[in-house]
Amino acid sequence: MKTLSIVENAYRATLEEQDDTIVWLHGAMKGAGADLALLLRGNAVNYLVQRQEAGGLAFGDWRQTQPPRIASDLAALAAKGVDICYVAEDVTDRGIARNELINSAQPVARGAVAELLGRYDRVWYW
Amino acid sequence: MADKKTITIAIMDAPYEDARSTTTLRLIDLAAKRGYNINVFAYEGAVLQPFAAQTPHANAVHGRSVEEENHFIPKDAIAALMREAERNGGKIDWVNCGLCVDERGATNAIAGVRRGSPADFWQMAEASDNTLVVATR
Repeated sequence: MKTLSIVENAYRATLEEQDDTIVWLHGAMKGAGADLALLLRGNAVNYLVQRQEAGGLAFGDWRQTQPPRIASDLAALAAKGVDICYVAEDVTDRGIARNELINSAQPVARGAVAELLGRYDRVWYW
Repeated sequence: MADKKTITIAIMDAPYEDARSTTTLRLIDLAAKRGYNINVFAYEGAVLQPFAAQTPHANAVHGRSVEEENHFIPKDAIAALMREAERNGGKIDWVNCGLCVDERGATNAIAGVRRGSPADFWQMAEASDNTLVVATR
C-alpha cells in the first residue's frame, strides 16, 4: 500500500536530533520495505536547499561533529526509491530558486496537490 | 570580579522537541564564556534536559556507529557548560522544578543539578541582573 507523507513542520529540534525526525523515520521505514513518498510544503521546502550549513554548534568543550544535513538525507531517501516532491509555490514564495534544490525533488503546483493525494492509498500529515 | 553579572534563565521545553532548547544552551554558553553566574530554572519538560540516563546511539539510517554519530546529548552539553562556566570563574546553578521531576520520574539528574521550586526561580530572579524566560509554545 503506497503512502504519501506530507511534511510541513520544519527545523524542529534538528540540531539536537542531527536530522529531521520525520525524514529519518521514512528512511527507517523504507529500509523495512515500506512504499513511501514525501511531499514537502510550507517551511519544510527549505529542507531541499543544498547549500545549508548547520555545522559549528559547540557548548564549552563539546563540539557537534555530525550536524544535520537534511538536503543530503532527502537525496539519499530519493536514491532509495522514495519519491520526493514539493509545493512549487511554497519554494517561490520564499525566494528560493529551483537550481538551489536537490535534483531529485519534483515540483507540484499547489492546485495539483489534491490530485496527487488521490494517487495514494494512505496520506499522513506530519 | 566587580562587574560579574548574574543572569537567570527559565527553560521549559523537553529535549529533542524544539530549537528553543538549543538556543537557550547557546545563550548559556555565551554567558559562561563571559564568566557570568548563571541560574537556570528548568520547568515542566525541561527537567529532562539534564536527565542522567540519556544515552547516545548508533544510527543505521545515517550509516554511522555510535562513535561516528556522536549524537547530541543534552545532559552532556549541560555538563560541558558547567565546566565552561567554572573555567571562566562563573558557575551554573541548575534548579529542576521538583514537582515537574516527580511527575516525569526524572529524579536521576547529572551532578550539579539540584531540586527546587518556583520559589527558587523567584529568588534567583530577584538576585540577578536580568532574567530571560524561554517559554514553551
